[in-house]
Amino acid sequence: MCRSVDLHRAVLARNDENATALRRYLDRHGTIAVNLMSSPGSGKTELLELLLTRARARGTPVAAVTADLATENDARRLARSRAPVRQILTDGLCHLEAGMLQARLEPWLPEGTRLLFVENVGNLVCPASYDLGETLRIVLVSVTEGEDKPLKYPAAFGLAQAVVVTKSDLGDAVGFDRAGFLAGLRQVNPHVPVFETSARTGAGVDGLLAHVMACADGRAPHTPVLARQHEGLLHRHAPGTATAPGAAP
Amino acid sequence: MHELSIATAVVDEVRPLAGADVVRSVTLRIGELAAVVPEALEFAFAVAAEGTALAGAELRIDTVEGRARCDGCGREGPTGMPPVLWCEACARPLVLLSGRELEIVRLVTAPGPGPVPAAPAASDKERSPTRR
Ligand SMILES: [Zn+2]
Repeated sequence: MCRSVDLHRAVLARNDENATALRRYLDRHGTIAVNLMSSPGSGKTELLELLLTRARARGTPVAAVTADLATENDARRLARSRAPVRQILTDGLCHLEAGMLQARLEPWLPEGTRLLFVENVGNLVCPASYDLGETLRIVLVSVTEGEDKPLKYPAAFGLAQAVVVTKSDLGDAVGFDRAGFLAGLRQVNPHVPVFETSARTGAGVDGLLAHVMACADGRAPHTPVLARQHEGLLHRHAPGTATAPGAAP
Repeated sequence: MHELSIATAVVDEVRPLAGADVVRSVTLRIGELAAVVPEALEFAFAVAAEGTALAGAELRIDTVEGRARCDGCGREGPTGMPPVLWCEACARPLVLLSGRELEIVRLVTAPGPGPVPAAPAASDKERSPTRR
């Protein structure tokens, strides 16, 4: 005799619950997390090194975790900023999950950290589905990656609360179609703030850091159209609200 | 591929609900804009279900169209893929109505083998769920 049960449970409910717990944990520590996503080779690590250095220069207690499939090169590079940096090896997993991140943060997160940058695994598909308890989600793309990137990865760009263009000093050399890029971005994420930066010249980095600090200090980050259904029309699943398995016809 | 993580999440969510029963089928609602590839998920589900109460269960996927509305001109329709979330005529963002779903909506189970000592079935060999 078969039993059929109707339920209404988000597939990623457990990660959402863990993200809520992680957000509370960060709140208690007065820490704001910034989730950084990009393709490999976007110049994310170089830019992050500069962000860490400049935040420290401003006296902001800053730290970073960097997720990688295997190597530790990114952590070594980031450590040059003298900010506390921790490597998370995901052992082949293509994205960070909230529970995994919290387990790594708890024994390590330096007391008084105001800004925590989380360098996600380098791809634009998998990490987009996982809330990490961040206050700000940033997607980075270099001018060398082409202007059609937002339309190729609409979930990542569509859910971004800020978009950072890196290596902007190379834009002219590689023929970056800026207008085309912005049009594609507007199609999937209208009004998302865009920051054009260059880690080489330092252009745009202070503006980006100022935006991050403003969000840390309570300015409401951008809410993407794509995120609004999730928050508004689909009810978010609080812990333990899964429909109990009642007998159904 | 993150479909394996999604499939593993489905198995982990469903397992406690199944109790001692075996799962015949699981039905998911997946929005077009949820960044999940149904074919990849079906394959990954078979892998993730191995050695659990969901082994051999059928995965049914109800696809939900991405739809949006413009509060300026009232136009409503499919978002397409990649989605158009901007109204060119009104120069304003649309409102997303559907397409981001990623939910478990139905579970069909049958009584498991139970504690009755029966002839050891071939499909009942001891397996420890190997989960990364
Ligand atoms: Zn309109």
